[in-house]
Amino acid sequence: MSMSPRRRRQVFRVAGYVLFAAVLVAVAAAADWGRLSEAFFRLDVARSMFPDAITVALRNTIVYTLLAFVFGLTLGLVLALMRLSSILPYRWFATAYIELFRGLPALLVLFMVGYGVPLAFPDREIPGGVYGSVTVGLGLTAAAYMAETIRAGIQAVPKGQLEAARTLGMSHPRAMVSIILPQAFRIVIPPLTNEIILLTKDTSLVYVLGVTSTTIELTKFAGDSLNTRVNPTPLVVAGLLYLVITLPLSQLVRGLERRARKER
Amino acid sequence: MSTIEISGLHKSFGALEVLRGIDLSVEAGEVVCVIGPSGSGKSTLLRCVNLLEEPTSGTIRVAGTEVTDPDCDIDAVRRGIGMVFQQFNLFGHLTVRENVTIAQRRVLRRSRAEAERVATANLSRVGLLDKAGAYPAQLSGGQQQRVAIARALAMDPQLMLFDEPTSALDPELVGEVLAVMRGLAAEGMTMLVVTHEMAFAREVAHRVVFMDGGVVVEQGPPAEVFGSPREERTRTFLHRVLEPARVSENEIGVQRKE
Repeated sequence: MSMSPRRRRQVFRVAGYVLFAAVLVAVAAAADWGRLSEAFFRLDVARSMFPDAITVALRNTIVYTLLAFVFGLTLGLVLALMRLSSILPYRWFATAYIELFRGLPALLVLFMVGYGVPLAFPDREIPGGVYGSVTVGLGLTAAAYMAETIRAGIQAVPKGQLEAARTLGMSHPRAMVSIILPQAFRIVIPPLTNEIILLTKDTSLVYVLGVTSTTIELTKFAGDSLNTRVNPTPLVVAGLLYLVITLPLSQLVRGLERRARKER
Repeated sequence: MSTIEISGLHKSFGALEVLRGIDLSVEAGEVVCVIGPSGSGKSTLLRCVNLLEEPTSGTIRVAGTEVTDPDCDIDAVRRGIGMVFQQFNLFGHLTVRENVTIAQRRVLRRSRAEAERVATANLSRVGLLDKAGAYPAQLSGGQQQRVAIARALAMDPQLMLFDEPTSALDPELVGEVLAVMRGLAAEGMTMLVVTHEMAFAREVAHRVVFMDGGVVVEQGPPAEVFGSPREERTRTFLHRVLEPARVSENEIGVQRKE
């Protein structure tokens, strides 16, 4: 029996829906709902985490993210400009830095800043305590990624923009500041927002620095609660709180990208 | 003293020699149109005048200052040379008014009020004062190019360079840009124009320069160059540009099948 191509596409499409629904029903039927809710959705356990989950853990997660982001963005901008510089050693340094820190695990860098440097220089201290160590420890790695993003943004600004600025008598630095960078940053806002999302999740590594009850962030906080209550519900709560930060950001990226497409 | 004096100008990009010994001068108040086929080096010549391209050898003087001198303050020289690009190159993140004021403020250090006054005058000059608050992306190509002209004029240049200013425009938008340029020429602005608009060159230019293969093939008053070109290469070029519908298959070497 022969089907028309259109008819065949319809059949395949309906079969796809049916298969998906069948798998869903099978999983739901097989699941032990009582055990699941007992383990992951204990309201009393969840309730006992508040308000500290928000006033301390979520707050610190956001603070660590912002500190590392500002540090990384500043250093990343400097590295991007060095990478594009006409001075050869600057280019070498920036390239070496970027390759190095993109190739190392963030956790290793954090260990280095949190334990390696204090061991080497016991008489000195990174200012700001844990906050300082996190800023530098996560920011160093973030800077390498952001430098590449910003460099790509600068190079995405049409060459004619620089030529027009120079033709009007602007010096190269002046043209960078007034004409190129403002347009480059517009281009890199979506990828930089993605960088914040990645940083938000990387703050979960901070626990290795030995945080206290005031400097604790979400993942460590959830881990502690899990230990005391012997119940995994805190992990679900922490997960939801991460999504409170990251979902609006990824919505923002999507919106910005949509707008950028329209302007093209 | 000529406004532009070019002598012995050579420019190579790697192994490719684009300019092969150019001597050319432009007097104050003169309008010179440079015509010629693509790849003949017209745009490169223009871009050497304000050092957007670094000449390989030769000297260029603009208003007596040798721009090819390594000690020359090129930013200072460029302030006196307005340039209009094929792709307009308006600053996309700035409004029309800001496009016209930013270099006045940052380079000439004019006060905000003074820069605004000059911007208003020049935007009126190109008929776009009502678009002062718009962004470049909201304007047509012709309007963008007129803003680009106003932006250059706001620096009070003594010389204007035009690099194929109408080549990126839809045909019906060419006229508005040429009208502004014709007005500028009538006011006595010194202009060096690379163009494919033969009608403009014929009517507005004081002198037409025909370039091919990196050299000036011939130059003279438009009536002479267009009316009775001396060189065969000029005749061929003008025939193809002015009468494109009459180019025969013979001259381009078409071989018909049996």
